Amino acid sequence: MYETIKYRTVNQVAWIAINRPDKLNAFTEQVNKEIQHAVRKASRDSDVRCLVITGEGRAFCSGEDLGGVTDEMDHGEVLRKRYNPMVLEIHQCEKPIVAAVNGVAAGAGMSLALACDFRLLSEKASFIEAFIHVGLVPDAGNLYYLPKLIGHAKALELAILGEKISAQTAKELGLATKVVPLDRWDEEVTAFSEKLAAMPTTAIALIKKNVKASWNVSVEASLENDAQAQRIAGQTIDHKEGVRAFIEKRKPVFIGK
Amino acid sequence: MSNRYEFIEASTDGKLGHISLNRPHVLNAINQQMVLEILAAMEEFEVDDTIRVIVLTGKGRAFAAGADIDEMANDGAIDFELRNQFKDWDRLAMIKKPIIGAVQGFALGGGFELALCCDLLFAADNAEFGFPEVNLGVMPGAGGTVRLTKLVGKTKAMEWLFTGKRITAMEALQYGMINRLVAKELLFEETIKFAEEIANQAPLSIRFIKESVLKAVDVSIDEGMQFERKNFSLLFSTEDQKEGMIAFQEKRKPNFKGM
Repeated sequence: MYETIKYRTVNQVAWIAINRPDKLNAFTEQVNKEIQHAVRKASRDSDVRCLVITGEGRAFCSGEDLGGVTDEMDHGEVLRKRYNPMVLEIHQCEKPIVAAVNGVAAGAGMSLALACDFRLLSEKASFIEAFIHVGLVPDAGNLYYLPKLIGHAKALELAILGEKISAQTAKELGLATKVVPLDRWDEEVTAFSEKLAAMPTTAIALIKKNVKASWNVSVEASLENDAQAQRIAGQTIDHKEGVRAFIEKRKPVFIGK
Repeated sequence: MSNRYEFIEASTDGKLGHISLNRPHVLNAINQQMVLEILAAMEEFEVDDTIRVIVLTGKGRAFAAGADIDEMANDGAIDFELRNQFKDWDRLAMIKKPIIGAVQGFALGGGFELALCCDLLFAADNAEFGFPEVNLGVMPGAGGTVRLTKLVGKTKAMEWLFTGKRITAMEALQYGMINRLVAKELLFEETIKFAEEIANQAPLSIRFIKESVLKAVDVSIDEGMQFERKNFSLLFSTEDQKEGMIAFQEKRKPNFKGM
């Protein structure tokens, strides 16, 4: 049903792969819409407990297809219509989302990776804040997530200097969960995402929610959020299973409920 | 109390009277019959001495996604004038016991107006409010332009009414439209906990406070002050005032009887 992405679910993981390898997976309107649709579909699919976003071929995503930029283009409207709804769909997803950054993630392609919860980087992956080189501003959530991930000063360095960030540097900055050797890429991404899919899914959703909320609320409100989240998590089957497994000295089997 | 309604469910639990909109397959779209049923249930709770707080909720995914458009699509101006259906809404506003609404999902159009009839609102984090009437070439007719404006002021009311844009639960909290924002899983639990807290207060205090606050919204400060003073004085003729003050002096919890 998709033309510019591939979508499949395996072992409770939904794999979303941008599939324009000859264009280094550059965004078009259709790519934006299909990612948004696929993330929503995975969010609503009760058999899915983890999402992976990746790219086919050499690149993760090279950002907006500059071939489509015209003098008449209203850049603001492009964001409002295409990118912002996609980023919000990712932001609002309650399930863990892994960006499997297999190659270059440039411009809005980097933004896409930043909006995810985890970033696994192939050793040949890189990030580039390419916007400044064409006189533009990092967009699609880039400047929302970046300072939260690596701090104000480093965010400014990356966004303004626009230098290529290697996988190793990204790891040192805190932009990567892990750097994976090329020969172990598929195996490690699969293992990581399937591990997430086997965790207590409700608790993960609540952790995501409260970490996101923590940027905007007082300590009193955050403590109340803790109480509400724990009340919900405390009633899950996974919590009961976790406690039982602890007492019985065995590994818990979580079902995500 | 067995349920004898078609479009709502009404029941009692201790000091709480529950009313739940019950057309989940149409996201609790409000029709005239439903408003009459809500009114009937509320008026019954109003005269039931055991009931101290009314809790209004919606079954299913939404609180209420709006009015039943099919019911009015072919109506003319004179139909509305002669039917005078919004008088039922006026009577909702005359209920003197506190009404606490719990909103999950959509509270749109008539659903939003019904939410605005509540004295206090709890909302789930997935709640969305809005007046989409403008998109259908009409406008709110059951108090929307009045109550929203009184609540948040002209500036935002006009914007939301002109655009029909959805108001998120977070915005609703920021603009003081709701009292609490809670996780959707806990909406009813938290609302009921709070309702029980209010139900244990001195009922006549709650009654006169509600009356005074509603009066204050509409009248001059001076008139509001005079009204408050009368109600304040009146409470000194109640047993609960004596009980409350003696309990305070004796450092114990008061036992209010509503007399």
